[in-house]
This record gives sequence, structure tokens and C-alpha cells, in this order.
Amino acid sequence: MKNKIIHGQVIPFNQSNIDTDAIIPKQYLKSIKKSGFGPFLFDSLRYLDPGDLSTKAKRKINPEFILNKAPYSSGNIILANDNFGCGSSREHAVWAIKDYGIEVVISTSFADIFKRNSFKNSLLLISISKNILDKLFQEILDSPNYELTIDVQNQTITTPSKQAYDFDISDSDKERIIQGYDDIGLSLMHKNKIEQYEKKMKQKKPWMFGKQS
Amino acid sequence: MKETLYDKIWNEHMVHQNPDGSSLLYIDRHLIHEVTSPQAFDGLNIEKRKIWNNKSIYAVSDHNVPTKNRLAGIDDKISKLQVDTLIDNCKKHDISYFDLNDINQGIVHVIGPELGITQPGMTLVCGDSHTSTHGALASLAFGIGTSDVEHVLATQCINVNKEKNFKIIIKNSLNDFISSKDLILHIIKTIGTSGGTGFTIEFAGSCIEQMSVEGRMTMCNMSIEAGAKSGLVAFDNNTLNYMLDKKYIPGKNHIDNAIKYWEKLVSDDDAHFDKELIIDALDVVPQVTWGTSPEMTVDVYGKTPNPNDESDINKRDYITRALDYMGLKANQDIQSINIDKVFIGSCTNSRIEDLRQAAEVLNGEKISGSIKQAIVVPGSGHVKAQAENEGLDKIFIKSGFEWRDPGCSMCLGMNDDSLLPYERCASTSNRNFEGRQGDKGRTHLVSPSMAAVAAIKGHFSSVVDFINEK
Repeated sequence: MKNKIIHGQVIPFNQSNIDTDAIIPKQYLKSIKKSGFGPFLFDSLRYLDPGDLSTKAKRKINPEFILNKAPYSSGNIILANDNFGCGSSREHAVWAIKDYGIEVVISTSFADIFKRNSFKNSLLLISISKNILDKLFQEILDSPNYELTIDVQNQTITTPSKQAYDFDISDSDKERIIQGYDDIGLSLMHKNKIEQYEKKMKQKKPWMFGKQS
Repeated sequence: MKETLYDKIWNEHMVHQNPDGSSLLYIDRHLIHEVTSPQAFDGLNIEKRKIWNNKSIYAVSDHNVPTKNRLAGIDDKISKLQVDTLIDNCKKHDISYFDLNDINQGIVHVIGPELGITQPGMTLVCGDSHTSTHGALASLAFGIGTSDVEHVLATQCINVNKEKNFKIIIKNSLNDFISSKDLILHIIKTIGTSGGTGFTIEFAGSCIEQMSVEGRMTMCNMSIEAGAKSGLVAFDNNTLNYMLDKKYIPGKNHIDNAIKYWEKLVSDDDAHFDKELIIDALDVVPQVTWGTSPEMTVDVYGKTPNPNDESDINKRDYITRALDYMGLKANQDIQSINIDKVFIGSCTNSRIEDLRQAAEVLNGEKISGSIKQAIVVPGSGHVKAQAENEGLDKIFIKSGFEWRDPGCSMCLGMNDDSLLPYERCASTSNRNFEGRQGDKGRTHLVSPSMAAVAAIKGHFSSVVDFINEK
């Protein structure tokens, strides 16, 4: 199996419960495309003026927001506190994170729907313990030019001081990150089983199939 | 083997167990709306894949639709394109679609149960996190992202890991004028916004047994605000009576067998739950959220928290940031908070019982002169018609509320209904996140009757006191 090594600057976003409304506000959900959401990532935190899909004018940057500060503006790894991605199921949040250039989000925990959406789009989420998270935040505070190396195959995060931490990931999620994964194609390999199941259930509970009136 | 209700529905729908421990789960009903479906249809087209069963799908536009001047159509070109895209996709694939001017149109989580599209024992998904609502009918329902919408369209299945079982028992009964909204906010305050992550929550106990099916929907709806993708309530006589007059329920040939099947949809005695919590309904008073997460909830008689009372620096920052965003001080009396707007609606609280509760308070009253706008957005065309039959619309309008057409409206402000910067809203919706109802807008989540009292007083006040003084 191939491997994927991700290396880059960490963006310390030390807040809990960062919700998908904050990641991509509703006005951008009117798009019928999957691409182009990167410029709107964390829109209301990142810019001082409001925007929407029809905004043509150049936006006013909020210099206080972490993504707008050097060296974090060039980062590709977000470090965040508990329960990242809670709230709305909008997959646009993951599309925005990926389109911006973020490859990994590290936190103690992630909301369930966000987690599913992330791996489906090859966005790596890594859960680590509170102790390690706090330690990493402290190290970034001490030295802002802070780059991590993530080895997906061997499931390790290595800090600038060569300290390595292991992380858990399922085999299928690992594959989703390393080489992509045709979830639908794989499920359709079970087409016969799905058809057999349907046949059985149509006899057992016919009222659930087709429309009644 | 003793099984929980969740175990039963799960086992009944498992088609295949994958080597990684996840399961291919069969989906009986798929609800789609305009915001999270266009990219899924695109994906199918690109891969030249077919829809597995178009008869399992029902579509409606709700998030992005105007709630007034319906006949004039949709003004915003970008919104119109999104709605038209859904209509085109439904035509192309022969999928049932409820048009904007159809009485069946409404918020997807209101019309599913109301039309009998949602039935006990089914698995149901929708590209919307509040799909948990449908669990009130003893169906396993959860929100999914757009990739999964495409997956279900193409395979009628979804690959998922089984969650753990969490039982929340609510003993005793709620006091008068305390609603299921107060109860669920009280629970979220107790377990936190990630207290249910990784679990399916079953609500049980005497309080739930006495609760109407619509009240149960409010409970299951906000399970996701505690991190649980699905909420569940066991099938009982209330569920049966609710189902019997619905449009799409099983026909004459099947209804008896269906009822026999439904009656088994309860957790076995002594079934194993990984986690249990007991809540006393008598402890619940009217709730108001003060901050920017649904867990930031307090009794109406209470105060905002003081960050200095918190020893953990992250928690202190979390509270400080929320107070700052909300424009509130530490230790501020909740009843001293003045509001600008009132929103009664959303998939949490826009059903007929919700509107009745608000109208009962508003009957013969006028909203405060300090309120800039107060709107009622019924959850569906049927809710609207029923309310008008009962004369509720007249009560709302006479008191100073605007009476609108169905949709998600100001819950997320994708249409024209939203807060202006720094406006403060008493809202019956489900999320008080930063910017949720409009950029820099400030949301306080409450029950319908509490929203009505706030509209009359111009600030938060207990509905129980209001009724006693009336």
C-alpha cells in the first residue's frame, strides 16, 4: 500500500465547539457546485465586512483572525479544541476546508456527521488526548513556526522536536486518505445482497415499498 | 438476546457487515431538499449511475424559499437556480416533489411525519442534521452529508458504524406551561453539546409516555444539539393515533399487519444501554439560552455565568467570548435582557401544537412597542391551514405578529428573513451559533410560549408567572 506523508505549518485555533455554521456560513450554501468554497472558509471571522456569492468587491481582512496572521496564514494543519465540526450536516464545510488547502484537522473529538463527511472527501481528522492537545498548543505558543509531520500509513504525528505520537484510524479511512475510495462502487459490489434483502423485506413488510395513498 | 429499539431497527436493516466493522444499512425513506442535493445528482451523472429506487424519495424546497409573496416566485436569482435545479432533478428521475404552492410543502422534517412518509420502524435519511426529528415515530433517522446523499441515491444503503445506546429517562410530568422545548434544552444543558456524540438516544419514562408525538419530535429534533445523530421514542398508542389519519400510511390491505409490526418497536425489558441518565421533569422551569451554543442554557429566573468563577482557562475564554458576542455582561439577570425580534417557527417548533401554545399566550395581548419585528412561520401548508381554521392566524396578526408561508426561514436566514448585525432575537429554533440567524445576530433559544411572552414584554420573562398574573 502506498503511503501519504503530510507536512506543514500548524494553525492553532484554540476554541471548543467550532460549528459548521462558523466554518461556512449559510449564504454560501446556495451554490450548486462542490468547488470554490475556500475563499469563504470561516467567512464571518476572517473578514470584517459581510459577503455572499455575488460579492465582487475585495473583502476587508480581519487582521486579528488566526488564518490571517503569519506564519499561520500558510498553514495546512488546524489544531482545534473539543467537538470540532458540530451542528449542521453541510458537507460544504469540508469542501471549504479542503479548497482552502487544509489537509488535516487535529482535535480531541469531532462531531459524527462532520467526521463522515471529512473522510469521504479525504480530509484527515486526527483525535488526540487532551494532554497532548494542550502540550501542542503550548509548544506553538512558544514557537509559532511550528510544523508537524503526519505519516498516515504508520499513524504517527511528529513534532519539530522529533517527539512522535500515535493516532488511531480505521483501515478504510486510511485508504480514503491515501488513495481515495469509491464508496459507492464498493457498496455496489454488494448489489446482489441488497436485491435479496429487498426481495425478502417486500414480502415481510410490503407497505414500506412504493407509494401508498 | 435482549434488544433496545435502536438494536431492533438496526438489525432489521443490516444488509452486510463490512470487514472494518461498519455495516451496509438499508434505507427505506430518503428525503431531499434543494441545498444539499444538487452536487449529489451531479455526482451520479458524472459516474453515469442510476437511482436505485426513486419511489423511496420525496423532495421539497424549504431552506431557501421566501415566506411571503409566494405567488411572485423567488426573487433572488441564486436561490431560484438552486430550487429550479431540484425541480429539474426530480422531473428527470421521476421523484415526488412538493411545489412551493402545494399545501403539502413545508419544512422537510415537518412534512415527513405529517404526511405519513415517515413510518415507525423505517430507516430514514436526509441531507440535514435535524433528520433526528423523525425518531419520534420510532423510526431510525439521521442526517447525512451530500456524499452520503449520492450514496443512498445510488445504492439505497449507507455504510455506517453502529452507535452506542443511551437511554434518557424522564420521570414525573412537566408542570403546566413547561414544554418539551424546555425539557430538551434542560437536558442539553445537563449533558453538553457533545454528551450524546457516538450514541443514539432513546427518550423514555413517564414524562415521554404522556407527551404528544409533536412534543416528542421537538425532543428528537434537538438530539443532534447534544451530539447524537438520532433520537428515538418507542412506539405506543400516541404514535398509533398520530399515524392513523396520515396521507401516505399503509393502505387497507396492509394496515393491520403494519400495526402488528409497529407494536414490536419498543426496547425489551432489561435491554442493555451503554449509558443511562434520569431527569426529573418537575425540575424543569422555562429555559433560555444565553450564549452561542445550545448547552449555554439557563433557567429564566437565572443569570448569565461569570467567567471568573471558572478555573479552567479554556472554559473561561469560552464563556467570555460568548458573552462578548452576545453583548451581555457576567451575572446579568436573564429577565433583564431586551430583545429586538421574535421568530416562531423552524423544524423544532412550527407544528400546530407549538402555534397553539404561542397563541394561547398572545390571545388578547399586544406585542411590545420595542419589538422591531415578530414573525410566525408555520412548518407546512397543512399546519398553516389548520391554524387558520382555528383562528390562530387572527390572534397572531392582532397581537402584532406577521403571518407567513412555510419554510425554514429565520432559523438559518438563507432567505430574506434574518437578523441585522447586533439584533437580538427570541427564537423557537434550535441553534444559537454565531451568525446563525444573520451576520453578528444574537439568538436566544426558547419555547413557543416563552417567545410569545418575550414579544409582549420586550424582554424575557417566565410564561408561568405571566399566566398566573393574567
